[in-house]
Parts: sequence; C-alpha cells; structure tokens
Amino acid sequence: MAAVVDPEIRVVTIDDLGILRSVQEDPATGRVVVTITPTYTGCPAMDVIRADIRRALAAAGHPDAEVRTVHSPAWSTDWISDVGRAMLAAAGIAPPAPVRRDGVVPLTLAVRCPRCGSPETEQLSRFGSTACKALWRCRSCSEPFDHVKAL
Amino acid sequence: MNGPFAFTLALGDDALVAAQRLAEWTTRAPEMEEDIALANIALDQLGAARLLLSYAGELEGAGRDEDALAFLRDDREFRNCLLVELPNDDFAVTMAKLLVLSAYQVPLYTALADCPDERLAAIGGKARKESAYHLDHAALWVKRLGDGTEESHRRMQAGVDQIWPYADELFAAWPEAPVDPATLRSDFDHTVSAVLAEATLTVPEVGWTPVGGRDGVHTEHLSYLLAEMQVLHRAHPGARW
Repeated sequence: MAAVVDPEIRVVTIDDLGILRSVQEDPATGRVVVTITPTYTGCPAMDVIRADIRRALAAAGHPDAEVRTVHSPAWSTDWISDVGRAMLAAAGIAPPAPVRRDGVVPLTLAVRCPRCGSPETEQLSRFGSTACKALWRCRSCSEPFDHVKAL
Repeated sequence: MNGPFAFTLALGDDALVAAQRLAEWTTRAPEMEEDIALANIALDQLGAARLLLSYAGELEGAGRDEDALAFLRDDREFRNCLLVELPNDDFAVTMAKLLVLSAYQVPLYTALADCPDERLAAIGGKARKESAYHLDHAALWVKRLGDGTEESHRRMQAGVDQIWPYADELFAAWPEAPVDPATLRSDFDHTVSAVLAEATLTVPEVGWTPVGGRDGVHTEHLSYLLAEMQVLHRAHPGARW
C-alpha cells in the first residue's frame, strides 16, 4: 500500500509526496479506510491513484477498502518527505523550496540543477509537464529540467 | 434558488466556462511554454469547477451531479459572469481577462477559506493557492506587453479597455451569499491598478457595465461554447470509458 507511486512521478510514493493522509482499520468490521488529498484540484492522476490503492489493498487481503478524498487542510509541498525530495532530485526533478509564510521576508532561493548541481538556473515557464511542476533550465549544463513548485 | 446553492453554482460555472475558454488555446498559443501554461491554468479551473459543481448538486438535493450540471443545462441556466464566456480574441485580450478573473478569484477564495461552510472553506483554501499562480502569470504578461514595444502596448491597452466593462458584474452586491463579492472590490482595485501602473497602462474610465450572467442572461458567445463542450455527452448519454 505504501508502495503505491504517483502515476505521473513514478519514483515517489504517495506517502512520501504527502498525498496519503491516513490509513485506518475499522476494528469491528476490519474494513480499511484510506484518506488521500490531491496536490492540485484538477490533478488528473487522482483516479489512477485511487485505483492503484484499491488494487494494492485487495492484493493485501482487503478487497472492500474505501478510499476517501479530502481537500482540507490543503496539500502543501512542505509535506513532501526528505526521502521524497531525495527521490525527486535523483530522478532529475528539482524539489521545492519551503513555502513562504506570512510575516517572513520574501526570499527567492536559487533552484539547483538536479543534474550538475549548479545554482545558475532560470525559469522557462511557471507551468510544466504536470500541474505541480514548473519548467527550468540550467545555464551551466544547458539541460532543461522540471521543478516541483512550492505550494 | 436558495443562497448557498445559487452562489456555489455561480462560482462553479465561472470556473467551468473559464476552463473551457482557456483550453481553446491548446496547440494555438504563441509559444510552447505558454501553451502548457494556459492548459495548466485551465486544468486548475476545471478542478475547482468539479468541486464546486459537485457540492452545488448536493446543496440542491435534486440528484444532479457535476456532469448533469455541466452537460445537461442550457445557456439560460448557467450562472457564470459574462467575463469568462467572452471569446479569447487577441492574446492580450485573453491576458486582460485572466488578470481580471484571477484578481477576483484570489480574494474570493481567500475569504471563502474563512467562511462557516466547511465544504466551501476547504475548496477556497485549496483553490486560492492555485489562483495566486494564475494572477502572477497574467500580471507578468500584462507588464511585459504593456511595457514592451509600441505595438504590444497598444494591443495590451486595447485588451484592457475591451474587458474592463465586464469587471463590474463580478462585484455586484450579494449580501446573503457566504462571501459578499462587493466586499472584494477594494482588494481587486488595489491589485489591478498596481499591475496596470507597472505595465504603463491606463485604468479605463468606467462607463457601460453589462450584467446578466448571474441571472442567466448571457452574451451570444456562451451557447456556442456550450454546444462544443456538451455535444459528446449529449450524443452518447451515459457513455463511459
């Protein structure tokens, strides 16, 4: 179950992405209830994620598991675990910076190139190949790369 | 119609019609990055529309789900503002529309996040983060075009002039709604005037201000948009993947 990966970023599990909020078993019936939250409201991967969770639980002996979707509190990139961040970077996707909080002086941190590590990078587009990513380019090695934008 | 249902339906229709219009740019945007950006913004709007229309259907209690509300109503039953149904036209017009829409949706969703209705608060809390990116994107383009060449300045000003009359409808007083849009106007004016000033553009004089969308009285553009959006669903009722 915890091995279910994001269908659009297949190197990170839904647990490490912070999409998986809770897994509970009803002590009376033994029925498993899984609660998840979408990264973005329009995330088209949610149906596949629900199906993958049901399939994984059915294989583990819980064919009647229920998957609930909640929207509050809203998902934040701060919920991506350290393991998740490392896996993103290893796959060539620059992980997000911490989300700016109210009252803190706005500071734009350099996004390091996940291939060569150079901080000499530039944003090509605020929107990328999936809803949660922006498109960047490294000025040192010239490679374009995805960056999970802070949300 | 009762307050929360009518309000939720209006917001859902705003997002749905905006999504459909923005998606028309797919494969037609001026550059590849913009193509992806507009499709992403359309997807965010569609996500918000699905949540809002699903909830509207529950509030109504007549058994209509998001699909029934999106695909099986005619133009007179839609409650979106006129702004979102206007044709895309010049790219500058689309950016002027996106600026006005997102400068309205950011304070709207922010206020909604604190309203007593838990479902609307959850939707607002989620959607405001996405709308902030839309506002940022529109503001960047308006500044770039407004403070660009003589030609881009001329077209950006023309876009703002063309769209400006439609902004008023967004802030029509609705005291019984969970968030009265009239309370959002000063926030909107502050945001937009700062962007236009930096873009070296002039805030248009307020003259003729068309309304009617919230009462189902639309421009002729909406029925063409709905025909394209609804044809597949209506031609194959109940079809599934």
